[in-house]
Amino acid sequence: MIPDLGNYAAEVMAAYGLSILLLVGIVAVSLRRGRKVRTQLADVETRRDRANV
Amino acid sequence: MSIWEYANPKKFIATTTPLVPWVLGVAIACLVVGLFWGFFLTPDDFRQGSTVKIIYLHVPAALMAINAWFMMLLASLVWLVRRHHVSALAARAAAPVGIVMTLIALITGAIWGQPMWGTWWAWDPRLTSFLILFLFYLGYIALWEAIEDPDTAADLTSVLCIVGSVFAVLSRYAVNFWNQGLHQGTSVPVATGERTISDVFFVPLVICMVGFGLLFLALVMVRTQTEIRVRRMRALEMRMRS
Amino acid sequence: MIALLRRDLTLAVRAGGGFGLGLAFFLIVVVLVPFGVGPEAAVLSRIAPGILWVAALLAALLSLDRIFALDFEDGTLPLLATSPLPLEGVTLIKGIAHWITTGLPLTLAAPALGFLLNLEMSAYVWLLASLALGTPALSMIGTFGAALTVGLRRGGLLMSLLVLPLYVPTLIFGAEAVRRGALGLDATTPLLMLAGITLGSFALLPFAASSALRVNLR
Repeated sequence: MIPDLGNYAAEVMAAYGLSILLLVGIVAVSLRRGRKVRTQLADVETRRDRANV
Repeated sequence: MSIWEYANPKKFIATTTPLVPWVLGVAIACLVVGLFWGFFLTPDDFRQGSTVKIIYLHVPAALMAINAWFMMLLASLVWLVRRHHVSALAARAAAPVGIVMTLIALITGAIWGQPMWGTWWAWDPRLTSFLILFLFYLGYIALWEAIEDPDTAADLTSVLCIVGSVFAVLSRYAVNFWNQGLHQGTSVPVATGERTISDVFFVPLVICMVGFGLLFLALVMVRTQTEIRVRRMRALEMRMRS
Repeated sequence: MIALLRRDLTLAVRAGGGFGLGLAFFLIVVVLVPFGVGPEAAVLSRIAPGILWVAALLAALLSLDRIFALDFEDGTLPLLATSPLPLEGVTLIKGIAHWITTGLPLTLAAPALGFLLNLEMSAYVWLLASLALGTPALSMIGTFGAALTVGLRRGGLLMSLLVLPLYVPTLIFGAEAVRRGALGLDATTPLLMLAGITLGSFALLPFAASSALRVNLR
């Protein structure tokens, strides 16, 4: 499955591993923060609506 | 119908929300296909061996690192001229993505440099300019974090972004002057329309570039939405407290 | 404008405004380097241009936060902003005053410190010339950084982070001029670039700095 990477297997794997880790990291952080803020905002908005009634 | 309609935060959220899953999906698909193709299906270079595969991460990341700064510059100018909040928030949202791209380009470059040039780090013009770009991103993000008032922060970071761009270009030339480097020339010179790499490597590289670009777009949209919501939340809380 | 310049200068010299501080810092950094890298004359003379430039740069950085901080605290800055003098002029004067109180003394002191580091004889002219041409740019860029961070608590550290990357081109051309001078090569190209940076930053950065100041005073 894994192609023959010759002498540089460690380097290539490390580069792919670290980069994919970083990419997944930034995507996860962005999405999670987005979701958190969305629920918080909904929370604040319902509280405001209740206060206005 | 003008493009400035999207400067309305509500309109921006309404337009981008259905777009995000698609753009993110296509981006991930491109990345998976491009990286898979690059990793498994391309031959080794006769001089570089298998390390040539690192190009599929290194070049697109470097490209997006510069484009992200360029986008921040444009967004800053739009903010200063037309005072659209979405624009300033988009610049803020892009910075962390840009710094991650810079980091990927630096890390993959270092890993590739070790077997090829025999050193992790050389004070080569391209490497050095990227390190300087990294410092610029750090300063920009730090200034955003340091200032409480969002409009003040947007103004000051925009000014910093513009001045920083001028000095970043200046640094690029200064560094070139300072040390002639080891780094090879660009693989895909857009201006001349030629290219120095063969089709076998080129097709997956383009797919990866598209993937990185779309990923950046999707992340900026998500993060801008988040920033808009944070702003709105803060405004609501202020109003409720008073 | 002249009156403002004179006021800034007397304030800097008189009330412990850090006039001598930058110079002392410069001296200490240059003295510390041989302890770090060892006393061999050959090594020292090779790295002397870089050390002198980096030390001068750090010494200039040290006094930047004073440019606006004092005026901001005692309320002079809003007054200056509403005075008939354009704010661009005020920032320009502030930059010049900072150069006269730090950049100029650093330039004059640098040759003396060159002896400590065994600098090549042929490099002294270039050292003086490059510092004289380059330190005004350091002051003006620093004024911009100070204007950005004037309203912030703990702004000093942030300002270093913002200003140091902007110093890169100046440092490269400055140190390169001295290095070429030490090797007996022609150093006019880096000197011309240095002069270009200085003139460019004096022409453009007052506008950026004053717009940042206006935002901070809002």
